[in-house]
Amino acid sequence: MAEFFAQYMPAGVAYTLTALISAALLLGVVGVGALFFIWAERKVAGRIQDRLGPTRTGGKFGWLQSLADGIKLLTKEDIAPADADKTLFRLAPYVSLAPSYAALLALPFADGWVGWEINTAMFFLLAVLGLEVFGVILAGYASGSKWSLFGGMRQAAQVVSYEVPLGMCGVIPVFLCGTMSLTTIGNMQAGWFTNWLIFHDPFTFLVFWVYFTCAVASVNRAPFDLAEAESELVAGFHTEYSGLRWSFFFMAEYNSMLVVSGLAAVAFFGGWNGPVPIFASWKAAGGGWEIVANLAGCINFIMKAVLGVMLMIWVRWTLPRLRIDQVITTCLKYCVPLAAFCFVGALSWQLFDLPSPNDWVPAERAGRAAVREPWARGTTGSTQSSAGTSARLAQGSEVHR
Amino acid sequence: MTGLLAVITVSHYLAVGAFFFVTGVLCMATKRNALGVLMGIELVLNGANLNFIAFGSKYLRSESLGLDGQLMALFVIILAAAEAAVALAIALSFYNAHSTIDVDQGDELKG
Amino acid sequence: MLLGTFDLHTFLFVLFALTACLFAAGVLFSSNIVRMAFHLVLSLGSSAGLFFLAGAEFVGAMQLMIYVGGTLVLLVFGVMLTAQHRFLEMRTNAGEWVLSLVVGGALLMVLLQAAFSVSQWNTPNTERSQLAVDESKAATPIGAALAGVRVDKLQQKDAHLRAGMSGYLMPFVIVSMHLLVVLVGAAYLARPRMAVRNPKGGG
Repeated sequence: MAEFFAQYMPAGVAYTLTALISAALLLGVVGVGALFFIWAERKVAGRIQDRLGPTRTGGKFGWLQSLADGIKLLTKEDIAPADADKTLFRLAPYVSLAPSYAALLALPFADGWVGWEINTAMFFLLAVLGLEVFGVILAGYASGSKWSLFGGMRQAAQVVSYEVPLGMCGVIPVFLCGTMSLTTIGNMQAGWFTNWLIFHDPFTFLVFWVYFTCAVASVNRAPFDLAEAESELVAGFHTEYSGLRWSFFFMAEYNSMLVVSGLAAVAFFGGWNGPVPIFASWKAAGGGWEIVANLAGCINFIMKAVLGVMLMIWVRWTLPRLRIDQVITTCLKYCVPLAAFCFVGALSWQLFDLPSPNDWVPAERAGRAAVREPWARGTTGSTQSSAGTSARLAQGSEVHR
Repeated sequence: MTGLLAVITVSHYLAVGAFFFVTGVLCMATKRNALGVLMGIELVLNGANLNFIAFGSKYLRSESLGLDGQLMALFVIILAAAEAAVALAIALSFYNAHSTIDVDQGDELKG
Repeated sequence: MLLGTFDLHTFLFVLFALTACLFAAGVLFSSNIVRMAFHLVLSLGSSAGLFFLAGAEFVGAMQLMIYVGGTLVLLVFGVMLTAQHRFLEMRTNAGEWVLSLVVGGALLMVLLQAAFSVSQWNTPNTERSQLAVDESKAATPIGAALAGVRVDKLQQKDAHLRAGMSGYLMPFVIVSMHLLVVLVGAAYLARPRMAVRNPKGGG
């Protein structure tokens, strides 16, 4: 997109404009996602509990329920308790929302449709998602309430523990594909659904479920929502919040759910590559057809991510909450050893070149382990230019994108 | 406004690194809370890291350290994490023994 | 005219550098320990942004993951465990402040003077527009270097520049062992004190 704009205006302006457009689009994802998921959660919860959920606001299915909720929250008074550390108390919701928004930066929605094409996207995503805990800890501490403080402490212990197995699960797709770039990982799973990494071998199938468990825990959802356990801690870390600040925590939570589901979709479910390669020839055609194929891929990806969020909602309204010791036990005694076992298993599978379901599909087998790095293609050194192999860019600032 | 038009060089990174270093040293010198001293150490190490990254960046200097700069920064980050874990354990131990985290109180060996 | 030469990279550098320095100063000047931790988080996060701008994506992500997401959460945890009463403040007296600010200001002047004095560091890299996007991908070379192969030096003809081809396997192993020892040591140091001590000593 930046190259397109650069034809008509100076490079600096073109890049700024591109950045602003990307940021606005991602903000749209956050906002619309939160509105939709809050509505969906209420509907799903209703159905699971044999109720109807919202039915009146905005027609038959209560479509506008979350919008109405939002307007109500906007008009509520913004209160800070007398005992609170006011500045930190006011800042905490933003601290919670900012990382989950930043995580969307590196998440590709289709081939090349990504806010920031970063070489270490997987690592960056996991790192940034881990930062969200700060908002919760700050909220817990600054509220000046013991319930909030308990919630914050629990959250800190939980997130720090669950980062370990989550990282180990994330490493497996990285090492099967030989890259940390999510775009490349997604593209390597092109073709039939048998090429998805979850069907690569039994270990990746198992590790997806470990990943899902850890992801649910790391975004602080039931059955791992110890930080807001309403039966014990009133409402945990957001006990003292009201109005829009309170809703920021929820936007952050729903957005993180979308991000971890999107990460799962890219890392295990082929991202924008559907179960059946309908658009493969369109994509190869280039030009306008490629954009249509990418749009279809984007819709495909979003459907997979939403499916993941729905699964989390289903889990939340089905399973009872765990105790704090059970939460830590699940992490350290089950998830970490399982993830380590799967890591070794998947590594051996790749090492001994054991068959995977994709081998039986009558299509060419994608070279998964192919390393796509400049040094492997024989271009080393910063100044040694091999024209033609890599695109040279005129502007220095382009290099940093 | 002209500052925004200059091209960034190694020196700019070094300046930020220097600021981090000085702030960290002052933090270590003035804070009485043991954890505040620890935060000062983190700032100092981060200042050093900025210098390593600046000298290792191909965009700032043509004959850069290359990967060595980034790898040194990685080791610094790892060692900083280890150092923080040990220091925190010492601080907790100190707190258990003295019921305070004020480093000025740990002066039994003064004689 | 001004917009035409606007450089996004410079703008972002100034933005990140100012945030980083501002919050680093915040760490120094705030007396509440939790606010210090919060400022430190923002300061180190912004410096991760500076790493990204310098092309060190892996190190930047590492900074976010280990430093900001790991070490500082641990630090805040420590703060919460050791706070006797809420919003604990420990003040430093004015004389110490004045002395330390004078010394610190002098040190900063010397360092800044040194930073801008070498012309080689001061001149922009004229070849930077020649760099391909590909070449910023350092994650795999870093991984290979930690495993003992310097892939960035494979085609280096100059024997002098080929030094260190064996990579960083040994330091990596040492650091791993170091981390293990630290883990055990930290757990030992912070262990709960036994209620009944061993009469033969120790415990």
